[in-house]
Parts: sequence; C-alpha cells; structure tokens
Amino acid sequence: MASLHYWARRLIQIIFVVLGIAVINFFLLHLAPGDAASVLAGEAGAASPDYMAALRAQFGLDQPLYIQFARYIGNILTFNLGFSFRQGLPVLDLILQRLPATLLLMGTSIGFAFLGGSALGVLAARRVGRGADIVISTVALLFYATPLFWIGIVLVVVFSVWLDWLPVGGMSSIESGYGGIAYALDVARHLVLPAVTLGLFYLAAYTRLMRASVLSVMSRDFIRSARARGVDERRLMRRHVVPNALLPVVTMLGVQIGSILGGAVLVETVFAWPGLGRLAFEALFQRDLNLLLGILLCSSIIVVLVNLGVDLLYSVLDPRIELN
Amino acid sequence: MPRLSRRSAVSRLALASLLAPLGPELVLAATTPRRGGTLTAIVQPEPVVLTAAVNTAAPTQFVSGNVFDGLVDYAFDLSLRPSLATSWEVAPDGKTITFHLRQGVLWHDGQPFTSADVKWSLENVWQTIHPRNKSIYKNVETVDVPDEHTVVLRLKAPSLAIMSTLNASGATILPRHLYEGTDILTNPYNNKPIGTGPFVFKEWKKGEYILLERNPHYWDQDKPYLDKLIFKVVPDAAARAAALEKGEAQYAILSPVPLREAERLGKLPQLRIETRGYEWLSPVFYLDFNIDNPYLKDVKVRQALAHAIDLQAIAKIVWYGFAVPAISPVPSTVPFFHNPDVPRYAFDPARAETLLDEAGLKRGANGVRFKLTHDFLPYGDDFKRTGDYLKQALKRVGIEVDIRAQDTASFIKRVYADRDFDVSSSWNGAFPDPQMGITRIYWSGWVGSGTPWTNASGYKNPLVDDLIDQAAISPDAKARAELFRKFQTVVQTDLPTLPLAELRFFTLHAANLRDLTQQGDQVYASVKNAWFDTSAE
Repeated sequence: MASLHYWARRLIQIIFVVLGIAVINFFLLHLAPGDAASVLAGEAGAASPDYMAALRAQFGLDQPLYIQFARYIGNILTFNLGFSFRQGLPVLDLILQRLPATLLLMGTSIGFAFLGGSALGVLAARRVGRGADIVISTVALLFYATPLFWIGIVLVVVFSVWLDWLPVGGMSSIESGYGGIAYALDVARHLVLPAVTLGLFYLAAYTRLMRASVLSVMSRDFIRSARARGVDERRLMRRHVVPNALLPVVTMLGVQIGSILGGAVLVETVFAWPGLGRLAFEALFQRDLNLLLGILLCSSIIVVLVNLGVDLLYSVLDPRIELN
Repeated sequence: MPRLSRRSAVSRLALASLLAPLGPELVLAATTPRRGGTLTAIVQPEPVVLTAAVNTAAPTQFVSGNVFDGLVDYAFDLSLRPSLATSWEVAPDGKTITFHLRQGVLWHDGQPFTSADVKWSLENVWQTIHPRNKSIYKNVETVDVPDEHTVVLRLKAPSLAIMSTLNASGATILPRHLYEGTDILTNPYNNKPIGTGPFVFKEWKKGEYILLERNPHYWDQDKPYLDKLIFKVVPDAAARAAALEKGEAQYAILSPVPLREAERLGKLPQLRIETRGYEWLSPVFYLDFNIDNPYLKDVKVRQALAHAIDLQAIAKIVWYGFAVPAISPVPSTVPFFHNPDVPRYAFDPARAETLLDEAGLKRGANGVRFKLTHDFLPYGDDFKRTGDYLKQALKRVGIEVDIRAQDTASFIKRVYADRDFDVSSSWNGAFPDPQMGITRIYWSGWVGSGTPWTNASGYKNPLVDDLIDQAAISPDAKARAELFRKFQTVVQTDLPTLPLAELRFFTLHAANLRDLTQQGDQVYASVKNAWFDTSAE
C-alpha cells in the first residue's frame, strides 16, 4: 500500500516536472532572434520576401506567440511532438531515427565510465599512496581537466590517421554493405573512439569519487568488525566495501545523465555520430524549434526516468533505504 | 599559395605521346578512363532536401547536380555547352528563346524526358517558387512545345539573364509525371529525386550519408565511370581533414577544411587542391556600411574606410592566399561584365586620415575619432579573422571597432530586418550575370525587407535602380554589359558596400581521382567525367 502511494506520488511529480520543463523551454527558445524561415532563406543564398512569407505561413510562424504556445501544449498533452518543417518529417520519427545511435553511444560510454571508474577507484584505494594509486589518480585528474573535443581529435589523429586501427568517424562503413555479425562488428569498431572520448571524462570523475568513497568506507567500524570476524579480503571488498562505496557514485551517475547528453553534442559532432545531440545542436542553429523542443522534452523524460532508476538502485545497494 | 597540380588535358596528351614508346598498356592506363569504384564525397552541412529546384542551398546543389542534368553546362569561361539541350537560339529582339532537346533521354524511372517536362518546370517551379529565378523568368509569357524535343520561350520583354541560369542547379528540370498536381514543396520525391542525370538516388540515411549509384542508361555514352557515389556528412572540420588525409573520403568542395590546414593537406602526395570549378558561382566578399549611421552616411567617411583597409593583406594574410583583392562588385571571373576601370581606393592610411579630417571627424584627446561596431558573417573563422583585421586597420586611422558575434539567424535579423548594425560582412555568388547575385546588394527595393544577402546598407539611388532595371530587359548583350559597367562605376563612387575580395574556394580530392574538374560550374555539377586511376598501384 505504501509502495502504491509512493509510485502515484512519483508519477504526479514526474508529470509536473516534465510539463514545467516544456513550458520553460518553449519561452526560452522563442527568445532567440530570427526564425527558421530566415535561416532557410539565408542558406538558399537568394530569396525574396514572398518566398519567406510563404515559408512562415507553411511553418505556422506567422501566428501570434500565444497561439503557437497553445498549439504546442495541446500537442504535448495528446503525446504529439509536432512536425519539423525543415526536415519535412514528424518530430517523433526524427527522434526515433536517431535514438538508437544515441542510446548505444550513451550506454557504452556510461557503462565504460562506471565499470572502469569503479574498478580503478577500488584499485587506487587499496594501493593508497603507492605507485598504482599515484598513476591512476594523476591520469584521472588529467582526463578530468582536458576538454572533450580535444581528446576526441587527438584520439582520431593517433588511432585513425597515424596508426590506422580505427575509422575516423561515422557509424558504419557504407560502401562495404555488411550485414549481420559483420555489420555489428563494423559498428563496434566505429563506436570505440566516440565512446571512449565521451566516457573518459566521467571515468576520471568516477575513479576519483570511488577512491575517496572506498577509503572512507574502509575506515568504518563495521569493516573492522568484519575483519575481526575473519572475513577474507576479497569477500570483504565485494560484500561490504564496494556496495556501500558505490552509493555516492550512483548518485553522481543520476545527476550526470543530463550532462552526458550535453557532452554527446561535442562527441557526435567530432565523430559524425548520427545521434540526438547533434540533431539538437543543428536544430538550435536552424531555429527548428519544434524539433528542438521535442528533443529537449524526450531528454528531460530520460533524465527523470534515470533518476527514478537511481532511487530504486539505492534500495538494492543499501536495503536500509526505503522507497518513500 | 594553393598548388594547382591538376594537369590540363592538353599536357596529359603531350605526356601520353612522350610515353608511347614505353608500351601501349602504360599509356592506356594513365589516360583512358577506367570504369568502376566508389567515390566518397563529404557534404557539409547535411542537405535539407535533395532537389535543387526547391532549395538552392549549397549542399543540396552538390548532391542534386549528380542526379539531374541541366539544359546546358558552363565552361570555365562561362560559355554554354550542350547537355539536355543540344542547341539553342536567342532571337535578335531577345523575345524568343528556342531550345532543341536531346532525343532518347530517360528519367531514372524509365519515362521519356520531353519538352513537356521543361515547360512544366519553367511555369511551375522557375517562375513561382524558385528563390533566384522568379524575377529572371517573370517576363516569359508563354512556353510553346511544337514537338517533344523543342521548347520555345516567348517573352513580354527580353531577359538575357535566363541564359546564365540553365544548368542542373540553376534551373532544375523536374519530372512532370511525378510532380504535376502535387504540392511541389512537400512532394516526397524532393528527398528521393528522380532525374535524368548520371547517378540514380538509392538511399538517404539522415545524419550519416546519401548513396547514389551509376545510371546504366545514361545518355552520355560510357559515362559515368564510377559505380557508386556516397555523400558522407562530417560536421567537424578536423574530422574532415582526417578523413581526407586517410582516404576515407576522396572529394570535398567549398573549402572543407580550415585555410591553414589546406596548404598542408594540398602538399600530401595522396591529395590535390583545386580552385577551378567555382567560376559559375564567382563568390565576392564585401563589407556593408549602414548609411543611416551618423558617420557612415558621409561618402567621404566611407571612402576613407576604403583607403584604410589593405585588400592585399586581406587576400594574402587573412585568407592565406585563397582570395584576390576585389576591384568592383562584379568579379574578374565574370569577364564579360567586370569593369576594371571603376574608381579604386589604394591602401593609403594618410589619405584616409585626411578624408576623415575633412569630414570634420578629428581625433579626440585619446586619439579616437569615433566608434563603430562590426558584425561579421557567422560562417566560420575566416570572416571573424577579417573582422579582427578590420579592427586593427581602422584603429590606425582613429576609428575604434567593437566586434560582435552571433549565430546566422540572429545575424540575418539584425542586418537585413532590424538594420541594427554599423558595418557587416557577407559574401554573394556573383554568378555569370550580375542580375543573379550582385544587383540585389544595391537595388533600393530590398532595404529592410529582412531578406538575407540583399541591400543591407540602406543605399537608395534612383540612377542605380534605373540602370539595373534597364539591364534586366535589354535585348542586346553588349548594351547590357555597358549598362552594368556604368552601374559598377556609380556604386564604386558612392561606396555603400566595399568589395573586399574575390574568394577562391577550394576543392580537395584524391590524387588518383582523374578528370574531376571539367567545367566552370563543376562544384554543383556531376562527377560523370571522374575516374579512379589505379595504374600506379
């Protein structure tokens, strides 16, 4: 019963948060000067006022703002994300086309950052003050401080241009016409550099966080008593230290999902990865507001859901935390 | 300076005859086009649609030019060469233009291409929705099609500019049977085009690539030589450079990498740099002075600014030699209309200071005469660097410049709608006829219309308007050229706009990609002549 109450409350919360974000987004984006019609006319190199007026009428941009807003809210409440006039496709279709690439990239890089960061953090904590710790901590600090796009470009120059091990960009080798397993391997080869680039920053953050967290847990009383009970080191780490030390890392993960989407813009641009981040970035400059609003709405839903997942994960990692 | 290493056809023939004693195979391999291979080109940004009839943005024209043929092509000297039209006549009074069409040409879906397609496209696309052609074709009263292979345009008043629009990008012919009775702007075939051209549209994976395949029924025998043509979307400039260097892409147009990278890449053995193929576009880069500004409204101040700016430095240093100083708004690459005898403003800061003093704008206690803002065209680093140079150059003569950055949508609104600027920069394609790209910068009707790349300065001169209007309907090519020469003299005297440089865009392509650049509109035309030379491997 308590759990049902909890879920109902969370659901209502989520709906209000997402609607609030949608409303703020709408008005924020309409503050930007210029519109989609002027961008299209600019790209065309030549245009006439009636050509631009025709575009505005077609896009619904000739309507007053409150009517555009009413339409937008009406659309959202009926789960309709609207139409991208620039791309000539419904916004939902465009998002669904790009979503798999984004989820693949995000999932891989987060997984890489989370697993790698936690492992390195544990390793550094266990060798605290010794060689391995110093190397791991220094390298982590270095990656934490280096801009994403620069890491990306350096990785391309080293691993693609000099060593010729991995492709420069894109998601697949178009000309090869691979299918099945060969295609999956081909995509995986294309995935390595962007996922590593996006993951390295977070890997560095999680390494540092996990190291500090493990050190703090290790000094706690229950660890000493477990040791006194004769629990061997490996089991001690696995059962007692790591689950407790993971809590702050998981919290951080939930908070950072949103910023990973932001980082994806850079990485997707550098590696020509056909994901949502790039689509959003281009939509902003092209003033394709329907598309941009749609992407932002979907991102906010993803972030809210991930945070819900993080809350659930807490109760798994630490049974003392209850869901209310 | 760019290294122009593509050998001309003539020197290659000479080389072939020298090599002849070495054995016929070697010579054949080096000079005879070879069938086969996949060409990966870089297109950036991703096109909005794939049919240049409804969108004249550069990426669209780049792809569309391989799917569609024009009535003609343009040679390097901008003369007309047959394509879908085998011959044409313009009546002496300029009021009748006749095209004789090639026979036996098929659309990619197997339907025959006929005069009806041309008539329909002219009446429903070029005269109505095409942003550039609308005014040029407005005098066409009727289009007669006496038979399937003849098109006769009958005009109320002459419009010789038509003869400069007739390639695949300038006047795309759409298949009437797929477009008639539909909403042209939203017709699904805009994104899966059916043309008559050398390559057939296969697939567009948004955000990744566009795939075209060889048209086996192409009318130009043996062509194209390439089996597949892929356009890859690569948004990052450094990644474009890496892809070209590594050979993952073999062809990219419109200065695809930063200028400082271009020289290094051009020197690599596997790459070539090419600045030909842009003659039909003929880009000219200029500053607009807002003549409603209290200082800039004085022609002496505008002339002083011209004297203060070193066009050689802009071309050689700021643009790394990928530009030559402009003399007039009609560039020298359009020799028929270019006027080299316009008033010139030599780089002379002392003269600039004298003119400013004469205008009553003496240096203040801090050495500053007055302040201006500069909004540079947000199309990349080169335009910002030009702004930095401008700031330095004008500081020397006592003018303080604040540089303002913004994105394209904001820039267009600020400069062309709100006119809330002092000095802005931009470039226009001049095209073979000033009426297509240049007169719009000066014609008074455009002021404050919010239309990008038109009259931003606010210049209104009835004499200039009159010259433009007369030239538009003049039936005589020579008389027309004379009108445009006079137009150039007037605007270079009044100087509402200061032409800075004729930009030399460059193409990068693989060294073994032969016979790529064949014509003056090459960048928006097909690669039907290109082939991969594997003889060295």
